[in-house]
Amino acid sequence: MRTNGIQELLKSRSLLFCDGAWGTIFQSAGLKPGESAELWNRDYREKVLEVAQSYVRLGVDMIETNSFRGNGITLAGIGAEKDAAELNRLAAEISREAAGDKCLVLGSVGPAGKILMMGDVSENEMYDSFAEQVHALEQGGADAICIETMFALDEAELAVKAAVENTNLEIICTFTFAKTMGGDYKTVMGVSPAQMAEKMLNAGASIIGTNCGYGMEAMIPIVKAFRDYDSNIPLLVQPNAGIPKIEDGETVFPETPDEMAGQVPGLINAGASIIGGCCGTTPEHIRAIMTQANL
Amino acid sequence: MADIKKLNESIILGDLDTSVQITKEALAEKTDPQEIIQEYMIPAMDVIGGKFERNEVFVPELLMAARAMKGSLELLRPLLAECGIEPQGRVIIGTVKGDLHDIGKNLVASMLEGSGFEVENMGVDVPSDKIVAAVQSNKIDIIALSALLTTTMPSMKDVIEALKEAGLREKVKVIIGGPAVTQEYCDQIGADGYSENANGAVGLARKLLAS
Repeated sequence: MRTNGIQELLKSRSLLFCDGAWGTIFQSAGLKPGESAELWNRDYREKVLEVAQSYVRLGVDMIETNSFRGNGITLAGIGAEKDAAELNRLAAEISREAAGDKCLVLGSVGPAGKILMMGDVSENEMYDSFAEQVHALEQGGADAICIETMFALDEAELAVKAAVENTNLEIICTFTFAKTMGGDYKTVMGVSPAQMAEKMLNAGASIIGTNCGYGMEAMIPIVKAFRDYDSNIPLLVQPNAGIPKIEDGETVFPETPDEMAGQVPGLINAGASIIGGCCGTTPEHIRAIMTQANL
Repeated sequence: MADIKKLNESIILGDLDTSVQITKEALAEKTDPQEIIQEYMIPAMDVIGGKFERNEVFVPELLMAARAMKGSLELLRPLLAECGIEPQGRVIIGTVKGDLHDIGKNLVASMLEGSGFEVENMGVDVPSDKIVAAVQSNKIDIIALSALLTTTMPSMKDVIEALKEAGLREKVKVIIGGPAVTQEYCDQIGADGYSENANGAVGLARKLLAS
């Protein structure tokens, strides 16, 4: 039997909350450019646990795991591909420890960092790397798999398929869309929310959505596009705190907790089911979003 | 008779096999390789590049066209070299130190190659000294630097400073790109140009070499 914890929660509540960013918080805590945040699961377990706990304390319904770039193909970039299974299992164990039975744990799976049609990796290699990752996340105690920040249908389909065939977990899939000159939203590969929804639901995802992107307000039309395609499917939305800028050599995400919270009614009206945050968001952002939604 | 007008269309459609076939036929009929490139191939890349910039097509179509273009160019290049015709320009491209993202950089490399530049792809996480060494030992016209992360963008500045120290800054043009890169940032670190997308990088490279 496949788990369905999120769908169960949505039977009694119309809106759930997810955590915010991890990677950008690690950067503030000393993660250097080019360093793998996933290695921290082994080397700085306490720091990772601290971030997880900071979100659990807010009373969110689900937190993710520190495994976004934990795919074996991605880890090969730093020569750590052999550690992929261990790092993903540890990621899930840390989030599980923080979450206890207070909230669900979503095993984070980001893109492999290669485009299939460029021929740098084969479909089999990509499938195997996702299969290894999702299996390890399940072993570490994840309640669901969250395949996120995807942009290519072929890659995301392989990831969803790997999760269907190698775990018994509920599967979420989110894509990152940008506004085109025509005014609609598509990924860099030209995929619309409707095309994504159709393919990912067919592949076996039961929750879909959008993350990263161009700030909170830009998520509203994307959520509407999903809702035009399907009025019932649970939708996860995790915006960035705006588009990052460099000020005095520091990376700054411009949207404040209050600014993000201000867009919550619009997101709810558009049809979001689960709201969280992506790059640049902090526990303060998530707290402000939850307070606004519960008004 | 080679239907050379169809070469333009086949590149726009990203049809590698047809592009290569027509190029072979045209060469068998002794068509001037320069004419094939200038009259039929480059205009095709301009068409698909324009469609990409207007969001009428996306990365897959652009990649397919670049691939078809490259397939034909590979047949033509040896003939051009025989006549002593140089490539449009020589480019080294890489993602800067600390940054492991290579999709955007590879896309720019494909577009530049497809547009007649000779491109050496140095990969990701490329340190400044490696770039300086490459400029010292080869004739390089343009260095193209990529960074996905705001936290690794300062490495672009490091490359420019390293070139200055080695006394090579005036010898090459430096172009930069990445999602958070802006014209302001480009000016700030003293790069020669920035492009918002892969197609723009081709126009930028051509413009810089013409100036």
